[in-house]
Amino acid sequence: MRRPVAVRVVGPVQWIVYPALVTVALTMILATPVKLFGLSLPEPVIPLVLAFAWPLIRPSWVAPLVLTGVGLFLDIFWGGQGLLGMWALALLVVYAVVLAARSFLIGQDTAVLFVWYASGCGLAFLICYAIVSFKSGNMPSLLALIGQIVPTLLLFPFANSMIERFDDGDVRFR
Amino acid sequence: MAFRDGPFENIKVPLVATAAVAVAAAAVCAVLLLVSDGRAQASPYQPARAGVETVAGPVGGVFATPVRWFGSLADGIGGYFFAVSENRRLKRELAELQPWRDQAIALKNINARYEAMLGLQPEPDVPMKTARSVSDSRGPFSNARLLDIGSGQGIKVGNPVINEHGLVGRIVGTSGNVSRMLLLTDVASRTPVLVDRTDARAILTGDGSGNPRLEFMRNQDVQPGDRILSSGDGGGFPRGVPIGVAARGIDGSWRVKLFSDRGAIDYVKILLFDDFGQLVGSNDLNAPPLAGLDTLPEATGAQTAAIADAAARRSAAAEAQAERIRAANAAPPPAPTPAPARPRPQAAPPPAQPAPQETPTGGTE
Repeated sequence: MRRPVAVRVVGPVQWIVYPALVTVALTMILATPVKLFGLSLPEPVIPLVLAFAWPLIRPSWVAPLVLTGVGLFLDIFWGGQGLLGMWALALLVVYAVVLAARSFLIGQDTAVLFVWYASGCGLAFLICYAIVSFKSGNMPSLLALIGQIVPTLLLFPFANSMIERFDDGDVRFR
Repeated sequence: MAFRDGPFENIKVPLVATAAVAVAAAAVCAVLLLVSDGRAQASPYQPARAGVETVAGPVGGVFATPVRWFGSLADGIGGYFFAVSENRRLKRELAELQPWRDQAIALKNINARYEAMLGLQPEPDVPMKTARSVSDSRGPFSNARLLDIGSGQGIKVGNPVINEHGLVGRIVGTSGNVSRMLLLTDVASRTPVLVDRTDARAILTGDGSGNPRLEFMRNQDVQPGDRILSSGDGGGFPRGVPIGVAARGIDGSWRVKLFSDRGAIDYVKILLFDDFGQLVGSNDLNAPPLAGLDTLPEATGAQTAAIADAAARRSAAAEAQAERIRAANAAPPPAPTPAPARPRPQAAPPPAQPAPQETPTGGTE
């Protein structure tokens, strides 16, 4: 008689809800008004990790909705004036691009994934830059922009580890 | 028959398609939100913002508390080890500042006398509230902070915020116990300023960097190191609040090194400053012209007679003037007469009249 095999099912709670909550918590922690050695804490756009990793892990209709919620949280929490929906839109565009290129990106080398991650981040920041320039009638500083892009790019290992951890987590998608 | 043996066996959920539909729907919602959102109180989503900030404020305060304890501990250790050198520095600064203090007292006295002589109405003292910063956003697209007091403590949208060094920003949103401060460096911040040396006006425009730009500067009358103060134009800020010093940016534009960057912006003071738009009630501003006439009492008989007499005199004078004009037009033109001889110019100008003796102006007018 064959012994029953325990099937590990990784549901949306594991790969969508928990990472989203961690992202929100980290964003709030990094918003602590403190200076260490004269420097403020970095302020990366952590949800871009999710926008890149989620479509590669598995297509889902839940992920875009959660991503929208996280983007709206960023818009409100960071206090952009008249910019509600900006980060939600930028994250969704990155998600859509990666989802469209999913069949090409699955199984690619880490370096290729990083190039796509950097391109996605660049696209998101470009969208935000254009929206802010249009709505405020004032171009944001490029140095300040670089100061947020670089820490965001440094988060790629987290996106890569998420992909490797959850990619085959559900045996039904093998 | 088992479910897997039925006709649904071959149906596969198009995951990518459903995800794409969800993305499209969410993107449409995001665009609609973006288009319909406005700045500060003009935003229809201000209640949602206030709700999130009401929750995020205390949470940010919890995160900030241990950091503040650590900072206080580090300051205490540093103060213990560097007490002697700091004492020497403070004594030197005190010796330098004492002449300035005497000069400031003398100038304040003279200024008060001038105000009394000219009958000026000086600006009233502005009450303040102390607040603590509990959250901070520093990116290129938004520079704002959450403060731990709100409308329950009398904070209103538009109130200026300062720290011990100078102007920091202004309040753009309030809820019960939390308020949001927009920093001068935010890309949406515009502040009317003046150059202290020349009184030239400009607009301080944030761009997400640490040093906001000076725009629309009249005559470009500014030099590196000039002090920049709030001008008070528009009534949003009191005049003369120190902001920073002018400097050339690497892009060639005039920028301001903010005084408020000299220290941490953890504790701030909110000026409960009412601009003229707040001092005057909205009903008064929206009242029709000459609306006060409706509330006047009825005229007495003497007033009515005086008004009728004045009107009759004015109409009689107008008729007489019209009659003179008609007579002048009807009369034949006068015969040409030789022009009178012009007086000879004097050889020397008349002696100058002595200047009238100045009278003392001791009282106010």
